[in-house]
Amino acid sequence: MTVASGHLRVEQIMGTAIGIEVRDAVVPAGAVEDAFAYLRRADAQFSTYRPDSEVSRLSRGELTLNDCSLELRQVLTLAEQLRIDSRGQFDVRRHRADGRLDPSGIVKGWVVEEAAWILDAAGARNYAINAGGDILVRGEPEPGQPWRVGIRHPLDVEAVAHVLELRGGAVATSGTYERGEHISNPLTARAPQDWLSLTVVGPSLAYADAYATAGFAMGHDGLAWVNRHHGYRAYGMAGDSAAVHWIEGGYKE
Amino acid sequence: MPRRGAITAFLTAVGVVLLINFKTPSQQGLAAFNRQTVTAAQPSGGSTSAAGSSPPQPSATPQPSASSASGSQTFTGPAISYFFGTAQVQVILQNGRITDVIALQLPTEGRSGFISQQVEPMLRSEVLSAQSAQINLISGATYTSDAYAQSLQAALDQAHA
Repeated sequence: MTVASGHLRVEQIMGTAIGIEVRDAVVPAGAVEDAFAYLRRADAQFSTYRPDSEVSRLSRGELTLNDCSLELRQVLTLAEQLRIDSRGQFDVRRHRADGRLDPSGIVKGWVVEEAAWILDAAGARNYAINAGGDILVRGEPEPGQPWRVGIRHPLDVEAVAHVLELRGGAVATSGTYERGEHISNPLTARAPQDWLSLTVVGPSLAYADAYATAGFAMGHDGLAWVNRHHGYRAYGMAGDSAAVHWIEGGYKE
Repeated sequence: MPRRGAITAFLTAVGVVLLINFKTPSQQGLAAFNRQTVTAAQPSGGSTSAAGSSPPQPSATPQPSASSASGSQTFTGPAISYFFGTAQVQVILQNGRITDVIALQLPTEGRSGFISQQVEPMLRSEVLSAQSAQINLISGATYTSDAYAQSLQAALDQAHA
């Protein structure tokens, strides 16, 4: 089945909306369907909300690590690498009150990259995937035009505070609003040196997502920490309701 | 509800076919449900939501199902209470395809009170893209709203039942 150019398809997967938009003149037959089929399988495998998922069974001790699929072991290896790299700021076991395993913070980016490889292998060259605000793009939306990725205003869901232009790569944003804090209340506003949101751009969505989460938790030092990683750059949003500033961290060579 | 108007305008003016597919795990167990058949008030063609009118009110009792496969159907999920307030979602289908998703109820206390709609950010990013022709996608942190997702899922379950 060939989908006409410029069409967007959105499915509800992994607790969020995932959209795939292929802008090639001719979309490879079945590519988008295959990518979504993979995303649904991965959701069933990695979901922490499904008691029968592999992750849930591992978390309950019904499976040992050796029993797990190669995919899950790869995700957990990546998670452990990021935990060490971030000195514990990114930890798939620490974010849950009960201490159970919750790799959802890294699974989404990793899984979306797998879906992108399915599109690549099918011959798609110009496409974008938006997984609940985490973005992966390839090629161009129109010949000669980069993908223009708006960064959501951290205090105004309707507004875009900055625009990045990309011809390939991933964009992930972490923010206070992600945690459900009532950030418009001045009494609970974060300290000025902290970020309202932190955006990471780089080649891999799995890493960009994890770096955004850990970098945001690190506060002021987060930009420099992210920028130490080859190919990745962090941008912070700081300010208040009067004005929000887009801050590009200096490199720490 | 300006957002809904913008979405409608986008669907109408740009005519982009928005294919929304969905899984229908019935694990939510949300039986309470209202179903309405949208009548001739629906414009035909690319636009399927009633532009300019107030959102359809969810009825207190289920409406009899009298819809045909070729007409527009509206499915309303239950109002789900959560930390910030109440979320209620409505989906509009035409010929079995979702053509619009409308938030009937969202918390009113500040826009930051409810910022994590699961589907609307996707729609909104396309709206912005169409309006400005300059932005293709929106990156932003997502705060999972179980209430919105549950109401939407129930609507989708019913649509596929």
